[in-house]
Amino acid sequence: MKLPNKKGYFGQYGGKFVPETLMTALKELEEVYLDIKKDTVFQNKINYYFKNYAGRPTPLYFAEKLTDVLGGPKIYLKREDLLHTGAHKINNTIGQVLLAKRIGKKRIICETGAGQHGVATATAASVMGLECIVYMGEEDIKRQSLNVFKIELLGAKVIGVYSGTKTLKDAINEAIRDWTANVRNTFYVLGSVVGPHPYPMMTRDFQSVIGKEARKQIIKLEGRLPDYLVACVGGGSNSIGLFYPFYRDKVTFIGVEAGGVGTEHSATLCYGSPGVLHGAFSYVLQTSDGQIKGTHSVAPGLDYPGVGPEHSYYKDAKRAKYVSVTDKEAVDAFHLLSEIEGIIPALEPAHAIAYVKKIAKEIGKQKIVIINLSGRGDKDIDIVRK
Amino acid sequence: MSKISDTFTKYKKVFIPYITVGDVNLSLTEELILEMSKRDAHIIELGVPFSDPLADGPTIQRASERALKRGINFPDIFHLVGKIRKKSNVPIVLMSYYNPIYKFGVQEFMKEAKSEGIDGIIIPDLPPEEASKIRKTKMDTIFLIAPTSTENRIKLIATLSSGFIYCVSVTGTTGARGKLEEDAKNLVSRIRRCTDKPIAVGFGVSTQEQVREIIKLADGVIVGSAILEVIEKYRDSSQLVKIVGDFIEYLIKGISSK
Repeated sequence: MKLPNKKGYFGQYGGKFVPETLMTALKELEEVYLDIKKDTVFQNKINYYFKNYAGRPTPLYFAEKLTDVLGGPKIYLKREDLLHTGAHKINNTIGQVLLAKRIGKKRIICETGAGQHGVATATAASVMGLECIVYMGEEDIKRQSLNVFKIELLGAKVIGVYSGTKTLKDAINEAIRDWTANVRNTFYVLGSVVGPHPYPMMTRDFQSVIGKEARKQIIKLEGRLPDYLVACVGGGSNSIGLFYPFYRDKVTFIGVEAGGVGTEHSATLCYGSPGVLHGAFSYVLQTSDGQIKGTHSVAPGLDYPGVGPEHSYYKDAKRAKYVSVTDKEAVDAFHLLSEIEGIIPALEPAHAIAYVKKIAKEIGKQKIVIINLSGRGDKDIDIVRK
Repeated sequence: MSKISDTFTKYKKVFIPYITVGDVNLSLTEELILEMSKRDAHIIELGVPFSDPLADGPTIQRASERALKRGINFPDIFHLVGKIRKKSNVPIVLMSYYNPIYKFGVQEFMKEAKSEGIDGIIIPDLPPEEASKIRKTKMDTIFLIAPTSTENRIKLIATLSSGFIYCVSVTGTTGARGKLEEDAKNLVSRIRRCTDKPIAVGFGVSTQEQVREIIKLADGVIVGSAILEVIEKYRDSSQLVKIVGDFIEYLIKGISSK
């Protein structure tokens, strides 16, 4: 089976639930995207920027001390934190901004939660010479002020979003509204594997470089495939990027969602139900009336009530297992990795580390685990310091 | 023929005001609907509040947020329409995003909506490609056509739409605008070439002059945000219902007077 199918569905999830105004632009985007997928000149250009600008390939690092301390499987870290701009987001923005240039759109817009996607989009727009506008919820502007400053340094404009929960969800609403109004000259760079088709497919493909590299690297290092892949899931782009190239392999996928604190969380796949948000049919956190719920996570990049349709499909098909860890467990893992490996992780992948910490002993020593270290923790220093 | 298409046949030029249910409390919402009908609004469009109204501009977003604070849901809306049906036969069209309908259950929703006296449904985030479940129902389903729609899409949507065709006048979200683009006029004639179903123009219409301009070409005019702005301004006034009624009368003059 092809994922997604021609209509943009992963099983029953996905689709294009958007206002009519955007339908023609989505169709155009899909056509151009399918063209460039086969276009070696374009692919070479992406690879050029990946290698010479973003710093790919990233290392697959054997975390020996973490392995010893946890007393379980051999743990490898896929070091996306070492990329230019500090997270995996740049993989996708280089791809999408090059695509925008190809289509001939001069104006780039995007949403951002933690600010990582905003920084990565502003960076790609800067180097490709395009105008860039970043929508960011007021709450996130407050808690990620360093990234706001970075985005502005890069020559992009940050527009605060005051509606709804004032976080990522509402930043996406506002970006979609802008896109609807300016669709003729504007390209929307969506930061995760969410949104209407073809975004979930496109973003997954650009992020798949993570899993492709990791697969080659682990075979070279260990002579075999890993047993587990573990990654955090907000919208789900870093996790799908790691998982997808192993789709047909006998490897267990574990997606770790934000369990938050008390009853406040953003663990969409663990506790949500199917519905439509931001143009796709997928799991969402919603009330019994079908209103989208507010969410909480200490990690702003996971603070989102939806998730990519491909993850919803993996969940129902039991191809991946989805779990959650709390804010506190994530912050503890943040400290642990900083102290024993000298790597300050972002709070988002700290969720993945926290889960491996929990299950290390039961997995056992003969196994191999790859954790996607999707970003670095500089942006989170103020949150952790509190 | 449905009640909605009958209305277009009977009046030729149709005025459709929009309000969000629960922007003001439900008994006031009821009074507003009855007043608008009394002032000769031909069809009433009722907005269902949603947490993430991505096709709407700031005015409808604010109304939606106020309504959600009251916890407005479909049972409230069905109850309200049921009450109105005891007093008025004015055609009522619901505008709702898809998720609340999906969560309620598409078939159950259509059944209950119909039996309470709702005549049509507009779902702004449900293009025809995703609407197969909705189309199987007997309710009028009104699809939107936008200035960016291609000729093929216009044909497809015109075929699927029943009751009337919602012509989106601007490339953008809902909200009052000083000037309507040429887009609107061009689009109406593009649609007209594909269908003889009634065409109503909405998004951005806020003045009597705009109503007059639009009705020269289209069969109906929809005004939403401009009315919500009046409600927002006078929400605490004891004269609210009369003020909104007067505003409706002012807008309708764009249809009746030369």
